[in-house]
Amino acid sequence: MTVAVETARPTATPRRGLSRTTTMWIGVLAVVLVVSAAREIADNPNLTSTGTFGVMVRTAAPIALAGLGGLFAERSGTVNIGLEGMMIMGTIFAGWWGWQLGPWVAIVGGILGGVIGGLLHALATATFGVNHIVSGFAINIIAPGVARFMAGLLFVDASGASIDGGSISNSPGISSPIGRFTLPILSGGDLFGWKSPDPLGWLEAREWFVISDVAGLLHGLTTGLTLDIILTAALFVTAGYLLWRTAFGLRLRSAGERPTAADSLGVPVIRYRYYGMVISGALAGLGGAVMVLFANRYQEGQTGGRGFLGLATLVVGNWRPAGVAFGAALFGYFQGITLRTSPEKLVLALLLVASLGLFVAALLAIIRRQWIPVFGFLILAVACGWIYLIASRPNNQFVYITPYLVTLIVVSARGQALRPPAQAGIPWRKGMQV
Amino acid sequence: MNRRILGQLLAPLLAAAVAIIVSSIALLIADESPITAFKAMWSNIDGTGAIILIVNRAVPYYVAGVAVAIGFKMNLFNIGAAGQYQLAALLAAAAGAAVSLWAPLHIAFVFVVAVVVGAAYAAIAGILKVWRGVNEVISTIMLNYIAIGISAFLLSEPLRNDLSGNLAATRSLPNSAHLPALDRLFSAIGFHLPGGVSLDGFLPFAILIGIGYWLLLNRSRFGFNLRVSGANPAAARTAGVNPKRMILITITLSGAIAGMIGLGPLLTEEFNYGDQFPKSLGFTGIAIALLGRNHPVGVAAAAVVWATIERATQPLSTIGIPQEIGVILQGSFLLAAVIAYEVVKRWSDAAEARAAAGRTPDVPMAETAIAETGVATT
Amino acid sequence: MGGDGAGPVSTAVATPVAIELRDIVKRFPGVVANDGVDLTVRAGSVHAIVGENGAGKSTLMKTLYGAHRPDEGTIVVDGKERHFRSPADAIDAGIGMVFQHFMLADNFTVWENVVLGSEPGNPVHLDIRGARRRITELAERYGLAVDPEELVSDLGVGDKQRVEILKVLYRGARILILDEPTAVLVPHEVDELFASLRDLTAHGSTVIFISHKLDEVLGNADAITVIRAGRTVGEVDDPSTVTSHQLAEMMVGSELPSPETREKTVRPEVVLEVRDLTVGVNSSEVSFGQLATGDAASQSVVTQASTTSEATVPATALRAVDRVSFSVHAGEIVGIAGVEGNGQTELVEAIMGLRDATGVVLLDGKDLGAMATLERRVAGIGYVPEDRQRDGMVLTFPIWENVLLGHQGGAPFVKGGFMDRGAIRDRAKQIVTEFDVRTPGIEVPAFTLSGGNQQKLIVGREMKSEPKVLLASHPTRGVDVGAQAVIWDILRAARAAGLATLLISADLEELIGLSDRLLVMLRGRIVAEVDPAAVTPVELGSYMTGATS
Repeated sequence: MTVAVETARPTATPRRGLSRTTTMWIGVLAVVLVVSAAREIADNPNLTSTGTFGVMVRTAAPIALAGLGGLFAERSGTVNIGLEGMMIMGTIFAGWWGWQLGPWVAIVGGILGGVIGGLLHALATATFGVNHIVSGFAINIIAPGVARFMAGLLFVDASGASIDGGSISNSPGISSPIGRFTLPILSGGDLFGWKSPDPLGWLEAREWFVISDVAGLLHGLTTGLTLDIILTAALFVTAGYLLWRTAFGLRLRSAGERPTAADSLGVPVIRYRYYGMVISGALAGLGGAVMVLFANRYQEGQTGGRGFLGLATLVVGNWRPAGVAFGAALFGYFQGITLRTSPEKLVLALLLVASLGLFVAALLAIIRRQWIPVFGFLILAVACGWIYLIASRPNNQFVYITPYLVTLIVVSARGQALRPPAQAGIPWRKGMQV
Repeated sequence: MNRRILGQLLAPLLAAAVAIIVSSIALLIADESPITAFKAMWSNIDGTGAIILIVNRAVPYYVAGVAVAIGFKMNLFNIGAAGQYQLAALLAAAAGAAVSLWAPLHIAFVFVVAVVVGAAYAAIAGILKVWRGVNEVISTIMLNYIAIGISAFLLSEPLRNDLSGNLAATRSLPNSAHLPALDRLFSAIGFHLPGGVSLDGFLPFAILIGIGYWLLLNRSRFGFNLRVSGANPAAARTAGVNPKRMILITITLSGAIAGMIGLGPLLTEEFNYGDQFPKSLGFTGIAIALLGRNHPVGVAAAAVVWATIERATQPLSTIGIPQEIGVILQGSFLLAAVIAYEVVKRWSDAAEARAAAGRTPDVPMAETAIAETGVATT
Repeated sequence: MGGDGAGPVSTAVATPVAIELRDIVKRFPGVVANDGVDLTVRAGSVHAIVGENGAGKSTLMKTLYGAHRPDEGTIVVDGKERHFRSPADAIDAGIGMVFQHFMLADNFTVWENVVLGSEPGNPVHLDIRGARRRITELAERYGLAVDPEELVSDLGVGDKQRVEILKVLYRGARILILDEPTAVLVPHEVDELFASLRDLTAHGSTVIFISHKLDEVLGNADAITVIRAGRTVGEVDDPSTVTSHQLAEMMVGSELPSPETREKTVRPEVVLEVRDLTVGVNSSEVSFGQLATGDAASQSVVTQASTTSEATVPATALRAVDRVSFSVHAGEIVGIAGVEGNGQTELVEAIMGLRDATGVVLLDGKDLGAMATLERRVAGIGYVPEDRQRDGMVLTFPIWENVLLGHQGGAPFVKGGFMDRGAIRDRAKQIVTEFDVRTPGIEVPAFTLSGGNQQKLIVGREMKSEPKVLLASHPTRGVDVGAQAVIWDILRAARAAGLATLLISADLEELIGLSDRLLVMLRGRIVAEVDPAAVTPVELGSYMTGATS
């Protein structure tokens, strides 16, 4: 009656194939090669020019901030659909304070506006257990109303006349512009009054395969950056450090991964969810402030859905700050090239990128034996139809759609490799058994 | 049972109180008197004429609310109602203007186009969710923007009516596609509506949609499956509900109804789709559904409340009070309401559980789940 | 070794008492989980607490650990009386609990899980290296091999348990409580565990562990406390003086339940036949995925509808269900015994069509093939799920709507896509009357029913639809004695009327009392078939845990 027992020793499955970092770098290399080739063949320097990357950075910054805000929220367990509303709060406060007291105070104002929204959302979800999406949407609905109301109070006088150029749908200009910075030595920035050489710009102008493209990227990322953009970049670095290398960050993440475990170890989960949401609101508000500084004023409807795009970058970026930045940059890049290139050149360039990219994808599919080719064909079909439509009609509507469509495709393609925080979006109360 | 109904009313009343307080504070900040404001608001909605205007306003809100509510009932968030209804209205307007049929048939044709377009566009998000696991909040939002772009494109050239001057719009619908206002119907049977305002001709359809929603939800098997999937997906699965089918059908159905949102304005007022066409109805629908807790009657009440606030606050600017106070009222009411719903629900559930436990005597347990999970399962 | 609760015979040197619990009483709504429990644990010993499922062991330990406060009674730790307001207080007192269901964040590394809440370093800098060093130190000292950098989701069950132990050791626990630690371990992991526990006591720690596996207890404990129905019924200071049979008697309270002699109702027709049924560990589960949190929680926005199951089985290379074959005749109850997590859930779900599987399932000779769940129900499979609140009912729906759940496939409740509410209500009234469901009416929401009444409702619902075969998973879990008796009677009556039943349970009394044949499942395989009338608890326990007899 002895029962033979399997003594399979449970071991961790060793990581098959290449490490994640190596795969990532290979991917980056592939993309660089493809885009470079496309530029050469299509003779379209705008694909990798400083101007394009400059637009990319400016477009990406608010989205990235919204995404980072979403990251902090979800990492701590709350889904923040209200990012858009918090951004709007940020814009109105930034417009108001910026007009009165200058750009840096505008930033403070934007953060404050976002924090107010964040606190409301946290109150509803963490304390009262309201469904996260419901509460987020309520914030989105109330924010534009508050913004308009405040604009009516601040930017027009009692009879409705404009104060200082403001109106109910835009503020007067920011009292002074925020400083700009260009990297010295490499990108020709000022170094104590001396205009340094601009090797990157020089390299970019040579139009050499790959080298000039990379130079263009680096030059674009280091030229004419407004200080709020630099602040944004600094925040991203800080965020990574904060979340993964401090006790605060560990506890914050635990509130989103396994709140019951955290609670059993004495971590005040509800409090940390508040922290996460306040930071989330602050970042979204800052995103609004960045937009205000770029437009030099508050404008109604300025945010245009960037809060939601921020959420999309979370998926694209696998809930990591670097990934969020990448996702935002992707969107910004597409915005950049569609704005700066004439449709005919764009057609050719896109066609080339598409076909080269598909070739690579097909290779990958052969290696992995997955049904990616089917997906690839679908993308091919969409791309071709797209290009036809853009090419035959020189107008802006389809160009407008491109970034959103690209985001949708990337989000759909991401598939199974995602690792969202395990308990994000699930309201938590003491005594729950999760 | 009565206690439950009372409990249901308690939450909105609490929320209304909070909204009034918040708005009053806002008014005070704006250096206005809340008393004056509220008095003015009341006079704006006093009278049959005002009530009719409110109802007219509420009609598309209701349809939008139902469209979104169907998805919400299953925890599917069809934020794309906005894009769906815009595309549907545009294509329905263009199609309707391209043909000329006997009136009822013509209207039915416009209906069908709108429903099909809305459903198809929503189905994209459904397919992406079921096939690639893309969360529908993100996909529908992206699709909304894409829809805006597509509409703008279509309106700029292919479907544009060259005679519309500076504003882009489709060709106008011929008279056979005009839905008559209800008071014409009423006077045809000898009943005259006072006030000199016409009652929206789409109202009967909205009522039908509401009845249909109610029937679907409470009397049909699909509705049962829908409610179970929303309330307890694990139990739904065990009971044999196919998740993928449910998701796909529900989103498509939501899109189909969303397609109808624009039909009211299209067939009774605008008669074409253009820059003038109301664009924010989809988003409002979300608020309405949340306020109405996805209940057929609740959503109707929410639509009326929403429209009432708008009607009450719009003319306020003539007496120097910012009309944006209306949005503050709406927004704070919504936020307070969702919180109040949650609080009241917990309170009343706990009360019911206590009442039930009070009836059961202490009995020794032969086997208790407490030992297993630490949570008493009474 | 008696059941009289007399104090221990004093050994020559009075070893200090680490823990003393006196007269602990803990009540939950409608239930008394602990009804005056005493416990005395000597310092430096390995102390076992045994009892059946539901005797109150876990509740007692939660009291000791500070997860809740006792309604009555005292807690004395190291000679001082204590009142724990939270687990933090217990941790301060040097008590650490290792949960049966691990409290680990899967996406975190080992060190992140261990230091959470007690992080080394200062607020702006987490001393990761220091944490890793200390963890490795502890691991080496107590023989708990583990890699601090590894992701918990990549770990096997034994490793995860080691992490849990490290968690408490890291916080300076001197008294460790382990709740059913060997429930999901393979035998040599069990040996490793007890070796580590010995190491710990050699260093002066005290270990308390809860178990219902008598062999293990006798082989490894220095002292044993037996709990039954919320009370201490026995204290054994010298395990060498008792046999497992005596222990079993103390646990159960009398002689083993003997299956009632009754006429055999087993008929020759095979109703359900399963051949070579296999379910992989990463089987596709038909589910709503992350959508699956319903009213009680909101949906997570940016996650995907999962199409692969979260394996309920440890992340090993084994299959959840491994070529299982058996058959159930009309008029027969076939029981499946086994420790939870050995594939029973997956087996039942595969038969119901809720999980992808290979192999053949025949109902009345007809291959169910790829039939969907609802079709299988219509074909005549009834299902009483093990987690009634999660899988069996919608708590916020009224009772009569819950009666429709699982039976909305067609007649008699659904005609032409529409619900026949009258018919459903009638059926609900019948169930309430015939199955003794205590409720003021059929319109009240299901959450107002007690556990026992909920279960009676579900069992009645399945029975009334006249299935050909009933899959009953832990049918009396969390149910009071009265309801349990009623459900057993229902099952017996149905059997006599010709119903074929597959009974999964962890309650030995239930299995032995009801089954005509008893199969034992271990790691996805049927490892034994025994005669319930003849098997002893020790034998059964051996099969269930894979120990050689």
